[in-house]
Amino acid sequence: MKKLNIFIVAIALLFGLTATTQAQITEKPEFGKFAITGATIHTVTNGTIENGVILIEGEKIAYIGNNIRVTGDYKRIDATGKHVYPGFIDGWTGLGLVEVSAVAVTVDDAEIGQFNPNMYAFTAFNPHSASIPVTRVSGVTTVLAKPRSGSISGKAAVMDLWGYSPDSMAVKKSGALVMNLPSSTGGGWWDDRSEEEIKKQYDRQIKEINDFISKARFYDDMMKAYEANPSGKTQPDHDPRMEAMREVLSGDVPVVITADNEQEILDAIEWSKAHEGMNFILAGVNEGWRVADEIAEAGMGVLTTTLYTPSREYDNYQRPYQNPGLMADAGVKVAIVSDDTENSRNTTFEAGYAAAYGMGTEEALKAVTINPAEMFGVADKIGSLEEGKQANLFISDGDPFEPMTNIEQVFIKGYKIPMQSRHSQLYEEFIDRDAVNK
Amino acid sequence: MKKLLTLCVIAVAFVVSVHAQEKGSVLIKNATVITVTNGDLENTDVLIRDGIIQDIGKDLNAPRGVETVDASGKFVMPGIIDAHSHLNGVDINEARNPVTAEVTMEESVDPNDVGIYHALAGGATSIHLMHGSANVIGGQGETLKLRYGTTQDGMKFEGAKRTIKFALGENPTRVHGQGNGIQPRTRMGVEQVIRNHFDEALDYKRKREAYLSAKAEFDRRGRGTPPVPVAENLRYEVLNDIIEGEIYVHCHSYRADEILMLMRVFNDYGIKNYTFQHANEAFKVAPELAKNGAMTSVFSDWWAYKFEVYYSTAYNASILNANGVINSINSDNNQLLRTLNHEAAKVVRYGDTSVNDAIKMITLHPAIQLGIDDRVGSIEEGKDGDVVVWSGHPLSIYSMAEMTFVDGKKYFDRSNDPNDMRIDIDPGTDFEDGANFREIVTRREDDACLQDAFILMQNNTQN
Repeated sequence: MKKLNIFIVAIALLFGLTATTQAQITEKPEFGKFAITGATIHTVTNGTIENGVILIEGEKIAYIGNNIRVTGDYKRIDATGKHVYPGFIDGWTGLGLVEVSAVAVTVDDAEIGQFNPNMYAFTAFNPHSASIPVTRVSGVTTVLAKPRSGSISGKAAVMDLWGYSPDSMAVKKSGALVMNLPSSTGGGWWDDRSEEEIKKQYDRQIKEINDFISKARFYDDMMKAYEANPSGKTQPDHDPRMEAMREVLSGDVPVVITADNEQEILDAIEWSKAHEGMNFILAGVNEGWRVADEIAEAGMGVLTTTLYTPSREYDNYQRPYQNPGLMADAGVKVAIVSDDTENSRNTTFEAGYAAAYGMGTEEALKAVTINPAEMFGVADKIGSLEEGKQANLFISDGDPFEPMTNIEQVFIKGYKIPMQSRHSQLYEEFIDRDAVNK
Repeated sequence: MKKLLTLCVIAVAFVVSVHAQEKGSVLIKNATVITVTNGDLENTDVLIRDGIIQDIGKDLNAPRGVETVDASGKFVMPGIIDAHSHLNGVDINEARNPVTAEVTMEESVDPNDVGIYHALAGGATSIHLMHGSANVIGGQGETLKLRYGTTQDGMKFEGAKRTIKFALGENPTRVHGQGNGIQPRTRMGVEQVIRNHFDEALDYKRKREAYLSAKAEFDRRGRGTPPVPVAENLRYEVLNDIIEGEIYVHCHSYRADEILMLMRVFNDYGIKNYTFQHANEAFKVAPELAKNGAMTSVFSDWWAYKFEVYYSTAYNASILNANGVINSINSDNNQLLRTLNHEAAKVVRYGDTSVNDAIKMITLHPAIQLGIDDRVGSIEEGKDGDVVVWSGHPLSIYSMAEMTFVDGKKYFDRSNDPNDMRIDIDPGTDFEDGANFREIVTRREDDACLQDAFILMQNNTQN
């Protein structure tokens, strides 16, 4: 009998263990009421609170401060000695759209066609991409997933990195319209066109873009006239591409123009002047420091990185690291992004380099939180720790720009996220692979 | 006039040769010295004389004429060594045959690439300049010291082990199988390409040696029928050098199965000193790697840019380390080479590897993999004066390399860092004409190791 008991216990233990192992792989998020206590809270917009409390209720932050008694209905998370930051935003990535960049059938960020304002990254955003958990457990909780082809690539979407459908993940379906202007300087040493040819092609392509936008304006005016007073008028035909331009022409949805070198940036600024009412952001901007005053004067925000080699052989080795800080000093609103897909998580270190090379930690922190949130029109929901905003935040054991810091817990839209990813799961499986035989 | 010209040539040759062997002396005082092999020593001085670390201790005095650097509050670490780089290679891939063992990077070194200076500014002092990964057995590598502004010969790491590049998986099968319609198109083919060539090389050696002794015998006797010649074949000579252990193999690889395959093959041919490069799935076979004494050199966190790295993890380095595999963190990328200290720091984040073990992965371990660990990779008396002064702990994102020494000579000084550090600038260069724009290197777009080989894939329809 006793033997049988032991047997049953052994069986139970075995099943228990198996269940635990499986539970780690299929760990569920938690949702409800949480109290994070004892932490240094970096609000970004309202300074830093020592030994503070954050109350999360449902999707939102209900309280931030250090003057509250936490009642028993909150699940307590003791974060004494730790830090709480708003979830970082990677404002320029292929995450969710590209699974394996070298395998064409998994690449969904480049539709065919020159003018595609009606292509929505939202539609192709795969909530089950293996890269999403890898990204969010590193503290990046929201991204701008962007299309990239043609002159008008389509609409980039602001997506939270938790959920089972694009609908439940979208902070904003139309985060920005992505545009690529032609280059007036040619494509580099491998470009064998003559200067005259380059100029001709540039002018032709710019004219095509301008024509498209003129048409869209005409369509918008026509629709507005019809919508204001439809009676007695023939209803104009619906055009999905033109329709998709309306929220852009009104300035409600910003236009992100890719421009890397000095001339491309100046060309983009010059071009944008002819398109009043629209709201422009520059992406890339590797040589922004050369024309920082011009960018500031144009009132354009920038999406930029730091970890690349200098664009010209005679440039100082640290210009790429200094670039965001130099632009911020000139008065440009800067967002630091990954411009990556599977390693969108490294947004953190892109910003860390800017912080170290002149921008300072406080400004660099804004560049991955409130600045992109403001640029994409979602600052009412995310980008800082404020009561009433979405509970997108993480707890870390130190400065998140430091590569040795651990991100210990992430919340997205109030969900306490399982701190798991393919990377951590493979670690669990293989750190002591043959343990069973030992 | 002719005399003058000769004089000039001699003078130039003299300057070049002196420059190439230039060694320096310096006393670095009051630093936290990260020795790598003997812990971190606080408030410690390091004296380098004529290129060699002569003394490590407290209150050392500078010999007459030796410059003193006050490093109070700062850190001194061995120079970073990158076991996988294409930094200043003029050409990378001789991609017209699956086996090109006779080719070397020796003739492909550009000593004037400004990227060398950028790497020095990131605290790197040595790189392993590698052939690309288009071929199953590629060309031989060249281990370099980053003596910016010397000559091709001047950059050579004297006494470094000879190395050669192998490559498994998608790259050789794409270039040769899909691109050229010849073997290998599969991982099955890759194994046989290696075995066939080793077997041919061994046969060659047997026949060549038989011929040479018959020839010697014929020459000695001076009569009879001369033996049928067996011509010297450099490719087979190199393959025999690999089998005989004179060349360390550095094998581009990703999947666990192909890593196991190569270990089987090498065991069959008795090849012992080898390192798997990239090896994103090495963590899956860490016990087998440890058992065979195979080494690895991996990325800190790159993954998912191609299918063979989709099932991989940033915890790779930590798992390998915990299983006793000698692992290094490499760049294979000119930007990553500038920040390898922080790539190593990620190993601490992903899997709790100790700080010193993480530092080993960019110093001592790559040195072992290149056969230069008797000279560099740690701060020890008698080793080369390849050291870097850092403003703070080198794994912190806020720390910067302040001075970089190679052979005790200062090649980078942040306090004296002109913008334009190119060498041999043509005074007529128009800066705005685009000629001086560099191709910006960011992250992994496609395979850096396939430089010069894409043309083969573009010219042939893939099927």
